[in-house]
Amino acid sequence: MAFTLYSLIQAVILCVNAVAVLHEERFLSKIGWGVDQSIGGFGDEPGIKVQLMNLVRSVRTVMRGTTEKSIPFINIKHRSACI
Amino acid sequence: MNVCEIKHKLIGRGWGDVRMSFCLVCDDGTILLSGDKTHPEVMTESRVCLTREVKRPHYWHCLIRPGYLLLRVKVHLHSSFFCSKKNVGPSNALEDCHVCHLTTSHNITAINDACVCCAVLAVRIPHSTDQNVVSSSCVIDPKLRMRNTSKDRIDPSQLFDDTSAAPGVETAGFPGQGVGAMGYPGQTLLSDPMSNLAMAYGSSLASQGKDLVDKNLDRFLPISKLKYYFAVDTVYVGKKLGLLIFPYMHQNWEVSYQQDTPVAPRFDINAPDLYIPAMGFITYILVSGLALGTQNRFTPEILGMQASSALVWLIMEVLAVLLSLYLVTVNTDLTTIDLVAFSGYKYVGMIVGVVAGLLFGRTGYYLTLLWCCISIFIFMIRTLRLKLLSEAAAQGVLIHGARNQLRMYLTMSIAAAQPIFMYWLTYHLVG
Repeated sequence: MAFTLYSLIQAVILCVNAVAVLHEERFLSKIGWGVDQSIGGFGDEPGIKVQLMNLVRSVRTVMRGTTEKSIPFINIKHRSACI
Repeated sequence: MNVCEIKHKLIGRGWGDVRMSFCLVCDDGTILLSGDKTHPEVMTESRVCLTREVKRPHYWHCLIRPGYLLLRVKVHLHSSFFCSKKNVGPSNALEDCHVCHLTTSHNITAINDACVCCAVLAVRIPHSTDQNVVSSSCVIDPKLRMRNTSKDRIDPSQLFDDTSAAPGVETAGFPGQGVGAMGYPGQTLLSDPMSNLAMAYGSSLASQGKDLVDKNLDRFLPISKLKYYFAVDTVYVGKKLGLLIFPYMHQNWEVSYQQDTPVAPRFDINAPDLYIPAMGFITYILVSGLALGTQNRFTPEILGMQASSALVWLIMEVLAVLLSLYLVTVNTDLTTIDLVAFSGYKYVGMIVGVVAGLLFGRTGYYLTLLWCCISIFIFMIRTLRLKLLSEAAAQGVLIHGARNQLRMYLTMSIAAAQPIFMYWLTYHLVG
């Protein structure tokens, strides 16, 4: 497979964007991945699911701030749903 | 072996630790450079101090106090040359050399070349931190004039016959360092005050620019941390390559620490380095170009494509490992650069496989690749086991529990990804 660095950057941006568009109320809560359901016990350490949910939430928080500023600077070839 | 037309041959002696006092004694007993002027036979404190140059152990720096002359001598040194006594008294002043067993009472024309005791010392300019042994002069060369800035200079006729000497040009590798370092042709250039000023200004500008660049670059690339990973030497590289191909005999896989900081790879074979991955990556590109060339599939653009392709796979692998480490909440001291290093070790196996494929055809390729895949698998498991798993589990004790199981699966999958990538990146190269 002939990968270029540019295709890697594209893929990364699209994946992060895909994570960022997951809506909290409409979607994540429905499948049990909302943040209000992630406050697990203060035991050993959180399991994979909780970590994943935290990751999704932090990506969304970061991307909300970043994409609002950087949409004009990123030239994306395809049309995608960006927040 | 007289460089300076000195009539007598010289014997060098020294004692102490690395910084040794040095006494230059002629064969008739005349002590040329030694301690007290009035009691030359008492070696209390020499006016000459020798330090060994680290990178070239046969070359010694010779520092003298102001007012004393320095002779251009080269000393071949055996390690047992220096005995450990300090303050050699007058009765021991003419002691046997431990190596060639010659004293000054012997006729030293019988010294053979292998003996310690002779000849020429390459002179260097003293280090600027040695305030109390700042030399005022340097090499005595028969053709050049001697420089001496101190009041109490020794009468040259005491020491040797030729007095028309000057600072030597023999400052190979240390230009412009210290007082009195100027070579003979350089004297006229540097004595001009304007050019002095210009040189000083230029050097200060250059150092400012360098500081600025360093500061800014350090924000993006942790240069100082990177330097640790390139602190390797030939022995380490050889051993590590052998370990990558044949990790079955190695017993101790732990990284050694020195007061909380990991030891440089030069001193510890288990430490990860970036030299082998970097060189392996470049070699892989070149070997793939070679392999494609033998099949008449080569164009210059392919090299770039192979390079970026392999780089992309490397980055994706490192990102995947980072993500999985985050998800499994492993508390480890593995840094990103460590992961890059570990992922880069597979290039060695890939290169060996492709080369075997070029030499022996497909069968050779498959066999060698199988061997290298298994080796890299074992290598990764043994290395990562100590870093990812908890203490007890790393010893081999079976600990049940979801967390440890997850960690074990993680280690296995990282190790298993290596052979997959190795095959994926090389199968299209061997026709």
